[in-house]
Amino acid sequence: MTPSIASLSGVEVDYDRGRALGPVDLALAPGEIVALVGPSGCGKSTALRLLAGLEQPTRGTVVRAAGKGETSVVFQAPTLAPWLSARDNVALPLELSGLAKKDALAAADEALRKVGLGAALAARPAQLSGGMAMRASLARALVTRPRLLLLDEPFAALDEITRRALADDVLALADELKPAIVFVTHNVEEAVYMAGRVVVMTPGPGRIAGEIAIPGPIVRPPGFRTTEAFRAAAEAVSNLLARATERAA
Amino acid sequence: MKRLLAPLILIAVLLGGWELACRALSVPPYLLPPPSAIAAAFVQSWPLLLASAWATLSTALLALVIASVCACALALAVSLNSLLEDAVRPIAVTLQVTPLVAIAPLVTIWAGIDHPERAVIGLAAVVAFFPIFSGALTGLKAVDPDLARLFDLYGATPLQRLVRLRLPSAVPALLEGHKVATGLAVIGAVVAEFVAGSGGAQGLAWRILEAYNRLQTAKVFAALVTLAVLGVVLHALMERIERRLLDSWKGR
Repeated sequence: MTPSIASLSGVEVDYDRGRALGPVDLALAPGEIVALVGPSGCGKSTALRLLAGLEQPTRGTVVRAAGKGETSVVFQAPTLAPWLSARDNVALPLELSGLAKKDALAAADEALRKVGLGAALAARPAQLSGGMAMRASLARALVTRPRLLLLDEPFAALDEITRRALADDVLALADELKPAIVFVTHNVEEAVYMAGRVVVMTPGPGRIAGEIAIPGPIVRPPGFRTTEAFRAAAEAVSNLLARATERAA
Repeated sequence: MKRLLAPLILIAVLLGGWELACRALSVPPYLLPPPSAIAAAFVQSWPLLLASAWATLSTALLALVIASVCACALALAVSLNSLLEDAVRPIAVTLQVTPLVAIAPLVTIWAGIDHPERAVIGLAAVVAFFPIFSGALTGLKAVDPDLARLFDLYGATPLQRLVRLRLPSAVPALLEGHKVATGLAVIGAVVAEFVAGSGGAQGLAWRILEAYNRLQTAKVFAALVTLAVLGVVLHALMERIERRLLDSWKGR
């Protein structure tokens, strides 16, 4: 068995208002794409922050093989600094880790070209559309060549066409750079499309209700959404989610 | 064009009515001079009014600079240390709710009886201090929490966090604070001159006092109009500067 890149074992998180998450066990293999699906408030984002090392569990252990500089997060909002151009935003993580400004900018330009923003290097976030800003955010996450990429509902604020195009771009980049990815969403079809493994969570306090393996290559072939395998997997995830929600209600 | 014309027409109608009423009712000019008398007073003493306006303006701007430096430095120190903030806050609130005129005698004594202009600058600076201080403090704390999380993730040092995240995040609130403070500095300068002023500080407030003591009501109005114009122009200027800087911060 390959050592995991990050894992949660027996992890519980309590907030002032009560238990938010757990107990949860989850291990990520290097290069694997896992989707976390569950209703709002099930602790998906908390699980993500634990994996990122941005938050500590109340009980249980979090093991992170990917160090601080090897983990990247993309939030639901692009979270770009409005006072910086796209390339300065993308260069920021490298500059903060001590890379020379010139090298950081060169890497940022390359990362922006890779997400299709080669023509908008000098643009400010206010000049970018929602989809473009999200792409810049993705470029910033990938510029450090992370071993662990955490995506917290990154497409939630985008329209359907943009969201599908961006999903394919993320998968193409994942295939090239091979980070382990945790993708949080409450959209079942998106989860099945993106992930090799869909983990379904119960409503708060979030626990893992079950998981379903999704067959197929990382980069989905055209028409993948209409295949029998996709529909079967989506239905299985939906059923699991419905049962998990029912049991809690 | 219409939107520019409407207020001008209203002002003309009001002034015309005022003039006619004064003449028809033979109102004594010391009680309410007609606009024509105010215009005459203005024409007669405009070099003096202009010099006084400049005195008030330069006092207000100097006070603004002093207030800005003190407020930004204190806000920065306080934002870096929450214990210091807890310590400073009650004092700041107490000072802020104390009326300017109430502390004017003290400031005048401390500035030296021979230097009323220093007291006026000091008092105007006190008024201008608070909007800048609270703007700077709000701004330094108004960091996008997700952006702050990214800085955690990238292992940013406290200095990097301050220079590359908190200071730039503070810019909009800081600009807003300065805009508000500019208006207050002018008001502060005028009020302070009323309370602490003497022949040594010859701003517009002094012109008003002087004319009032001689019952030259038209001159009071002329100084008042000058003050209003000064305020409007300064406000418009600050608004424009704020918008320009905010646009360049946002990259619009």
